[in-house]
Amino acid sequence: MSLNIEAIHNENVKSDIPAFRAGDTVTVNVKVIEGTKERIQPFKGVVIQHKNSGISKTITVRKMSGSVAVERIFPVNSPRIDSIVLDRAGKVRQSRIYYMRNLRGKAARIEEREA
Amino acid sequence: MNGILAKKLGMTQVFTEQGECVPVTVLEAGPCVVVCHKTEEKDGYTAVQIGFGLKKEQRANKAEIGHFKKADVAVREHLAEFDVADLESWPVGKEFGAADFADAKMVNVSGISKGHGFSGAIKRHGFHSGPRSHGTHNMREPGGTSAHSYPGRVFPGKRMPGQYGNKKVTVKHLQVVKVDGDRNLIFVRGAVPGPKNSIIVVRKD
Repeated sequence: MSLNIEAIHNENVKSDIPAFRAGDTVTVNVKVIEGTKERIQPFKGVVIQHKNSGISKTITVRKMSGSVAVERIFPVNSPRIDSIVLDRAGKVRQSRIYYMRNLRGKAARIEEREA
Repeated sequence: MNGILAKKLGMTQVFTEQGECVPVTVLEAGPCVVVCHKTEEKDGYTAVQIGFGLKKEQRANKAEIGHFKKADVAVREHLAEFDVADLESWPVGKEFGAADFADAKMVNVSGISKGHGFSGAIKRHGFHSGPRSHGTHNMREPGGTSAHSYPGRVFPGKRMPGQYGNKKVTVKHLQVVKVDGDRNLIFVRGAVPGPKNSIIVVRKD
């Protein structure tokens, strides 16, 4: 009777996710099924926020697709996420950079942080 | 056997192959042991009594120690009875666990719900609260309880303040998501009544 819920919680938490925070640019490789075939679709953008921890952790990634902004929320520990790659570490002050939603063009640049 | 005793460990989430996130309650079901048989001749009905959760012998009274000694098993904290089709396949002293539920699709679970004490109608029944300002004294009152001289009484079952929770609650048709026979874990979809570490009766649906 030594089992506790935290241990069961953490069993399926992925260990190969790189450390990144808000403001970093990441590529999330998502497995998508097209017909009967499965392929990997990358989604590259800036991490806007982290939510929750452990198995229920999610990240919101924002990218500009042409002139349209796209935000996707990824459950990090989902089996549909193949991998997450850290492309560029960004220097921001807030942990949730919602102000990026109001910025366009040159103003929406993020200074690079030494990782 | 159609049931087992379990301890509620708490809630977490698991992912399906499709990436769907399923909220689950983790139940530690077993190891349980058959403690005695209830027979038609002696007790008037047929059932198997099972024990769950080890208990120090110094914490048990003589009657309990004697009861478990008769079955030649260690003293257990919790006892429950379940119907069985034939007593022969469940001999006294037989140990079993969550693996018995490997083929179960749905279960019914019973537990003692969280006690909220004597609660008002707002917390207990979800009544609306009255206005807080403009000189009112009707803030958390339950409101009227009945009509006038006809019927001249309050109908039975009228929702009023009173004891909320700490009562046996059964939730039916909970889906079994996963069974871990080695560690005696049953993962059921959704919530289960009662606080963490409470004792839950799990029955096959």
